Amino acid sequence: MRKELKCHVGIGPEVKGVALVANDNFSARYDLDRINGVFSRPQHKLYGKSYKDVILVLNTAKGGVATAWMLYEMASREIAPKAILFNSVNTILAQGAALAEMTMVDRFEDGDVTKLIKTGDLLIVCPDEGKVIFAH
Amino acid sequence: MLAGDFGLAVKWAMEHQLQVGRMFDAEDMVDVSQAHMMADPESLGEAGVAFVENLAETDVKVRVPMITDPRGVDLNYYEPLGQTENMAVLERRFIAACKKMGITMTNTCINYQTIMPPVFGDHVAYGDTGVVIYSNSVCGARSNFEGGPSALAAGLTGRTPRYGLHLDDNRRATKRYQVAEEPQDLMDWGALGATIGRMAGSYWEVPVIEGIETVPTSDQLKHFGAAMASYGSVPLFHIAGITPECQKLEDAGGVDLEIIKVTTQAINRLKEPFSAVGDLVDVVVFAAPQLSIIEMAELAQLCRGRKRSETTDVIVCTSAQVYSDAVSMGYVAEIEGFGGQVLVGTCFYQQYAREIGEANGWIRLLSNSAKIVNILGGYGYQPSLASMEACIASAEKGIIVK
Repeated sequence: MRKELKCHVGIGPEVKGVALVANDNFSARYDLDRINGVFSRPQHKLYGKSYKDVILVLNTAKGGVATAWMLYEMASREIAPKAILFNSVNTILAQGAALAEMTMVDRFEDGDVTKLIKTGDLLIVCPDEGKVIFAH
Repeated sequence: MLAGDFGLAVKWAMEHQLQVGRMFDAEDMVDVSQAHMMADPESLGEAGVAFVENLAETDVKVRVPMITDPRGVDLNYYEPLGQTENMAVLERRFIAACKKMGITMTNTCINYQTIMPPVFGDHVAYGDTGVVIYSNSVCGARSNFEGGPSALAAGLTGRTPRYGLHLDDNRRATKRYQVAEEPQDLMDWGALGATIGRMAGSYWEVPVIEGIETVPTSDQLKHFGAAMASYGSVPLFHIAGITPECQKLEDAGGVDLEIIKVTTQAINRLKEPFSAVGDLVDVVVFAAPQLSIIEMAELAQLCRGRKRSETTDVIVCTSAQVYSDAVSMGYVAEIEGFGGQVLVGTCFYQQYAREIGEANGWIRLLSNSAKIVNILGGYGYQPSLASMEACIASAEKGIIVK
């Protein structure tokens, strides 16, 4: 069993949490009911699932620039993920994470992160070092 | 700036830019000539508005011309839409803070058609994915998707980290698409852009497209780019023989790439979930992007002498710059005569779409914008896609027609 995954240096503090994984993409505007903290787009693979306090593991970002403000707004109400891990992040998500002080990393050396991590895995994300540790 | 010599707001801006630049391996900064900020009150929330107010309280001013994306509340028409006074208050507070910082409230996502288009090679810090993809692809300017906070930071520092599309290497084509059929109307252009966007599927892919022989109009490229950015988060495309960085395929480095055919079937597969002919339609929306004066003219002509069904609302979003011309030309009167409502300086999906949908009982929505039908599924709507002509015919009958 893997003990850790290497990735690019990211943004935000070190955090520990439980993974919620899908091979799908992400936009706070397109996909979320931010009042109730759940995925609300019926076509999304995490439809109906709560994202509060989890470590989201997804493929990439999609769509618009609104997500940058929205991550900050979500974090201010404490209805937000602890961290988001992507195969490939876009600029908007990184900018939003920087403002929200939300942990975010991407570009994993060992391949598709949505396959390397499973829902329920307990993770420690270390953005400054560019690594994710399996805590179990 | 980092030391705080220019004040706390500029210090925040530089720290923010350095964090983002580090994530994308930026080696230095590049001066920008303009910034454009997306920031509607739904996205900002109380926290975001307070953040911007706190910056403004330091008496900081933007260092380069800075303009804004559509607002979330048309302050002359919000109660009838089901928007609350609290939403309007949030909007007024944000506008006041922006003006204090010297930001020009243009409230438009078609600034490249109406304000001051960037020029070839111009480094800018633009928000709104539709603005960025058009400016990069059609104008040959250089911008990443700059979310609201980063666009604001760029306005305050006059620069942005040099990464992504500010670098030559990242503007080379990575995927080569061959189009089987040239699109006709705006919906077709949006559907083609959406299909390619979904196929490319990443901010770091640059599609080069072959098979477009007729030079498209600005409005066609507007819908094409906005949809591509919406479905694929793609910030730049090249069209061989048409866009400025790809007069020949080899200019953008596309010659050795595998050809991916964009078939009519692929476009139909994209449109299929948005087909609902025969269903009752609650609201018809023309927005995303805001309508140009040419689109307003086309819409007015379609509306002339007709009336919408009592059970179908019609919403049209345009910019203040276009609106005044559309009033003087009589276009607004014709749209209103049909029963449409023209909103100024807003865009439908940016104006509390969930809340106004619930307030008005809007579920089945029809639009000619491939971008907006992509977005609104997550807001509780059942969105459908049709041409401008079919949208007006559907609004007239209250039922979606072909």
